[in-house]
Amino acid sequence: MVLPDWLAEPGLNHFLVVGALLFSLGLLAVMTRRNLIMVLMGIELILNAANLNLVAFSRYGALALDGHLFALFVIIIAAAEAAVALAIALAIYNRFGTVDVEQLSDLRE
Amino acid sequence: MDLFAIVFYLFAILIVSTAAIMVFSKNIVYSAFALMFTLAGLAVFYALLFAGFVAVTQLLVYVGGILVLILFGVMLTTRGYFERVRIRTVYMLPSALFAGIIAVLLIAVFVTTDWTLAPLSEGDVTLAALGELLLTDFMLPFQVAGVLLLLAIIGAVLMAARKRGPLEKKGTVPDADKII
Amino acid sequence: MDTILLLSLVTLFLPLAGFILLVFFGKRMPRQGDWLGTSLVTAGFLISLYILVAVLGATDAPRSASWTWARFGGLPGLGEVTIQLGIMLDNLSAIMLVVVMLISMLVHFFSIGYLEGDVRYTRYFAYLGFFTFSMIGIVLTHNLLMMYMFWELVGLSSYLLIGHWYEKKSASNAAMKAFIVNRVGDAGMFIGIMIIFIHFSTFSFDAIFGAVASGDLPFESRGWLTAAGILIFCGAVGKSAQFPLHVWLPDAMEGPTPVSALIHAATMVAAGVFLVARMFPLFTADALLVIAYVGAFTALLAATIAITQYDIKKVLAWSTISQLGYMIMALGVGAWAAGFMHLVTHAAFKAGLFLGSGAVIYAMHAALHQQHDHHTDAQDIRNMGGLRSRMPLTYGTFLVFTLAISGIPLTSGFLSKDEILAGTLAFSTLNGHYLLPLIAFIVAGMTAFYMFRLLILTFHGEPADGKRLSLIREVPAVMAGPLLVLAALSVFVFYSFNPLGASSGWLYQALERPASVVPEAIAPAAWPIFYRAVSDVHTLVMILSIVIAVSGIAFAWVVYERKTLSADRMAVFMGRLYDGSRNKWYFDELYQAVFVNGTLLMTRLMNRFDNRVIDGIVNGSAGLIRGVSRVSGWIDHTFIDGLVNAMANVTGAIGMRMRRIQTGNIQNYLVFAVFGFLVLLFLLLLV
Repeated sequence: MVLPDWLAEPGLNHFLVVGALLFSLGLLAVMTRRNLIMVLMGIELILNAANLNLVAFSRYGALALDGHLFALFVIIIAAAEAAVALAIALAIYNRFGTVDVEQLSDLRE
Repeated sequence: MDLFAIVFYLFAILIVSTAAIMVFSKNIVYSAFALMFTLAGLAVFYALLFAGFVAVTQLLVYVGGILVLILFGVMLTTRGYFERVRIRTVYMLPSALFAGIIAVLLIAVFVTTDWTLAPLSEGDVTLAALGELLLTDFMLPFQVAGVLLLLAIIGAVLMAARKRGPLEKKGTVPDADKII
Repeated sequence: MDTILLLSLVTLFLPLAGFILLVFFGKRMPRQGDWLGTSLVTAGFLISLYILVAVLGATDAPRSASWTWARFGGLPGLGEVTIQLGIMLDNLSAIMLVVVMLISMLVHFFSIGYLEGDVRYTRYFAYLGFFTFSMIGIVLTHNLLMMYMFWELVGLSSYLLIGHWYEKKSASNAAMKAFIVNRVGDAGMFIGIMIIFIHFSTFSFDAIFGAVASGDLPFESRGWLTAAGILIFCGAVGKSAQFPLHVWLPDAMEGPTPVSALIHAATMVAAGVFLVARMFPLFTADALLVIAYVGAFTALLAATIAITQYDIKKVLAWSTISQLGYMIMALGVGAWAAGFMHLVTHAAFKAGLFLGSGAVIYAMHAALHQQHDHHTDAQDIRNMGGLRSRMPLTYGTFLVFTLAISGIPLTSGFLSKDEILAGTLAFSTLNGHYLLPLIAFIVAGMTAFYMFRLLILTFHGEPADGKRLSLIREVPAVMAGPLLVLAALSVFVFYSFNPLGASSGWLYQALERPASVVPEAIAPAAWPIFYRAVSDVHTLVMILSIVIAVSGIAFAWVVYERKTLSADRMAVFMGRLYDGSRNKWYFDELYQAVFVNGTLLMTRLMNRFDNRVIDGIVNGSAGLIRGVSRVSGWIDHTFIDGLVNAMANVTGAIGMRMRRIQTGNIQNYLVFAVFGFLVLLFLLLLV
C-alpha cells in the first residue's frame, strides 16, 4: 500500500490540524457545557491546542526554542489558572449551591 | 510509512477521539478521564516534536497536577450519585456549527499557508539551552511566572477557604434563587 | 500724631476692649469679669487725667489727627468728596474726657455693689464699657459725621442699659421710648449736618468754621445758617431731654440707678450740651436765642414738675432736665464757660445724687426683702423718712450734693450757677430779654426747694415704718467710696480757690469761649462786651442767688420739716396747677394722643388703603398671572411633557427589548462573541 506523501510523512500541517481540531472541541465544550468544571476543562483543551501549535512551530517553523518556552509558560499559567478557577468554582458552589453556569446569571438584573 | 508516522496517527486519533469524548460525554467524571488521555497523548506528541522537557512538564503538571485538581473540583462540587452529575448542554446547535466552521477555517488556513520552515535537529534541543534561555532572554517572564504562581496559590487558598457558604453552615442545599 | 493724641485713642479703645472681652469671655471670668471693665476704665481715667494736664499745660493750637475714611471721587453737585475721620483734643474735649472717665469709673465701682447677683451682671458691665467708648468718641471727634455715629452709639447703649431689666414691661417700654424720642431729635440733627455737608463737602469742625468765617454761608443765606444751627441743636434737644423731647428721661429711670447716674445725669444727657458748646461758633444770634429760650422753658417746666414727684429717682430725673435746661440756656445767652462749667460741676453732684439715691434704694430693697414685702415701692419717698440715723454716710454726702445743686456758697454748684445767672442777666441787659433771668432765678429757688423737699422726706422726719427703718443698713464700702469722692468733688476748691467767683479758677480760665464765626451782623454779642456786662451784674447776682437759694431751702424746711405749712393744703390750694405738675403737665398723654394715636390712625388708614387698593391691584395681577400660567401650564403639560414622555417611552421600549439580549449567561455571550469573531474573520478573508 503506497500512501501519498502528505499522508505518509506527517509534517507541520498535520500537527496544526490536530491542534485546530482540539481547539474547536475545546471551544465547543466551553460554549455548550453547563458545568463550570467542564468549562474549565474546555479551556484547558484550548490551551493545549495552542501549546501543540507552539511546539510544532518550534520544531518545523522559524521559532527555534522559543516555542518550547512559550509552551512552558502556558503550562505554568494554566496551572495557576486552574488553581484559581477551581477556587472560584468552589466559592461559587459554597455561595449558590451549584456550579451550573445557566443558573449563575446574577449579572442579568 | 515509518514509525514516526505510525505513532503520530495513532496518537492523533487518540487525542482527537478522547477530546471528543470529553466534550460530548454526559458524565463529568468520564470527561475528566478522557481529558487525562488527551493530555497524555499530547505529551507523546511533544516528545515526537523533540520537546522532551515540555512533554515531561506536560505529564507532571497537567496529568499529575491540574487533572487531579479538576477531579477534586468535580468531587467537591457534585453531590450524591454520579447520575446527578450528568449535565445538560446548551446552545448545542449554534455552538457546534460555529466550532465546525472555525475548525474548517483554521485547517484551511493552516494547510494553505506557505510556512517559513527552519526545522530543528534533535541535538539542538537540550535542557542546557532551555535553561540558558530561561535565565537570559526569558528572565523577566520567568520571574513574573514565579510571582504569578505564588499569587495564584495565595488567592486560591483565600478564595476557597475565606468564608463558609450557606452549604457548610446549614448542611442543606438552599435554593439558589432564594439566596439571590 | 503725638503721644497725647495716641493716649486719647487708648482711652477711647480701652472701654471698647473691655466690652468685647466681657461680651465673649465675661461669663467665664472670675467674678464675671467686673474687675476687668472696672480696671480698664480706671486706667482710662488715669490716662485722661494725664491728658488733661498735658493739654492745659500746652499753649499751642488744638491737637488733631485725621485719616481718610472714604474717597468718593467727583459727585454730581458736590464735587470731589473725601470723608475724613479724626480726633481732636482741646481744653473742652480734655475736660469732658476726664468728666466722662471719672463718672464712668465711679459708677463702675458703685455698680459692683449695687448690681451684685444680677442676672445679667457681665452684660451690664460690658454695656457700661460700650457706653463709655461711645461717649468718649463724641468727646474726641473732630467732625460732625463721627459725632453723629457716636451720638447714635450712645443712644444705643442708653437703650440697652435702660432695658437692662427687660423682663419688666415698663423697662423695655422706657428703653423704646428713649430710643424713639431721641430719634426725632437725631433726624433734625442729621438734616442740619446734611445742610452743612452739602454746601461745604466736609464734616470737619475746623473746616466748616473756617469756611463760614471767610464769609461762605450755606447756600449764600444767613437764614440757612440759622436753620442749620437750630436743626443741629435738635440733636441736643433729644439727647439732653429739652422741651419738647424731654419725656423720655424720667421714664429712663427704669434702668439700674448707677446707669441713671452715669448716662441720664452726668454724661450722655450732657452730650447735647457738649454738642452746643462744640458747635457754638456756628450759631447765629437768632439760633442762640432759640436755644436760650428752649433751655429756659425746659428748666422751668422740669422744675415745676419735680416739685410734686414722689419717686426719688423721678425727682432727680426732672431736676436733671431742669439743670440741663440751665446749661443750654447759659450757652444760648453766650455764657459759654458758665454753661460748660455747670456741666462739669453738675456731673459730679448729680451723679452723686443718683448714686446716693441708689444707695437708699439698695438699702430699702434689702430691708423690704427682709420683711418679705414685695409690694411697697422702694423708690417712693413717702415710704422712707428718717433714714438719716441709719445711713449717716449716705445722708452726709447727699446733703453736700443737695447744697451744691441748690447753689449754696462753698459748693461747686454755687460757682457755676452763679455764673449762669450772671450770664442771663447780662444777656438781658444787652438785649432786653428779661424773661430769661427771671426764669433762671425762679428755677434756682424752686431747685433749692424741691431738692430739700427730697432730702427732708427721705432722711429726716418720722419713718414711714419703724420696723423697716431698723432693718436699713449703710451701704458697703464699694458703694460708699464713689459717694465720698463725688462729695469731695462738689466742693468749690476743685474748681476755683475763690469760693464766691469762678472766673479766677482754672476751669473757667481753661474754658475760653470760642469766637463766633458767623457774620458780625447776625453774631451774638462779642465776648469782651458780654464779659463787661457780666462783671457789672456779678455782685448783685451773687447776693440774689444766695438769697433765693436760702429762701427756697427755708421754705422747704418750713413745709416738710416743721410742717408749719401743710403741703397737702397747698396742693389743694394750687388745684389744677398741682394736678398738672403731678402729671407732668400731661405731655405723655398729649404725645400719646397726638403722635402715637395719630400714627396708629394713619397706619390704620394706610392699612385700609393697602387692603382695598394695593391688595386689589396685587390680587388682580395675581389672577391675571394665574390665568396666563394656567395656559402655559397646559402647554407645558401637553406639548413639552408629551415630547419628553414620548422620548422616555421610546427609550424605555427600546431598552425593554434590548435587555432580553443581556441574559447574564456567560456562555450565551461567548456564543455571540464567537459569532462576531467569525463575521470579522469572513470580512477579513473576503475583503
